[in-house]
Amino acid sequence: SVRCSSGLSPELKSTLDKVVNSHKVLLFMKGNKDFPQCGFSHTVVQILKSLNVPFETLDVLSNEAFRQGLKEYSSWPTFPQLYIDGEFFGGCDITVEAYKSGELQELLEKTMLS
Amino acid sequence: MGVTKEDVETTLTSTLKPTHLEVVDTSGGCGASFEVEIVSEQFEGKRLLERHRLVNTALAEQMKQIHALSIKKALTPAQWKPEDKAQE
Repeated sequence: SVRCSSGLSPELKSTLDKVVNSHKVLLFMKGNKDFPQCGFSHTVVQILKSLNVPFETLDVLSNEAFRQGLKEYSSWPTFPQLYIDGEFFGGCDITVEAYKSGELQELLEKTMLS
Repeated sequence: MGVTKEDVETTLTSTLKPTHLEVVDTSGGCGASFEVEIVSEQFEGKRLLERHRLVNTALAEQMKQIHALSIKKALTPAQWKPEDKAQE
């Protein structure tokens, strides 16, 4: 069935604008950094921990409005979603690739200095 | 009946015209979890994030039912190395 999602109201959008800019590194995930509730979220948490970068996590399982709104806000259908410096960076696969290539570390170092 | 490997293949083939496509059902048959390797000229000049967006957008309808989609590779034909083909 085709149903137009009203996931992202103007109010929610402006809330998300503030939230994604509230931390230099922010991960929207299933669970939290101490108790990830999905393997993909767990992977990204492990990568961020190994890079020794301060980061915040937000559990989308406990916030259904964020969970639905973010899909539209990021134009990304799944979680986790990593935001760096207020910008959507990617999901699990992209983060893993960027970690392997060193691109993630480079970007995080630059972000931390800015 | 959920989304099948064939559904995913058909959709990606028609939208992204891949020169190489491998879809692996990682769900143990329930059809809700897939791994994708895709090589397409349409990825030319695009960053990884944009390439993944193209795949996600192509599968937008199926994504409503897919629990996990892992895009292992999204390459251009030029980036697709011969040694990767050795297993075929």
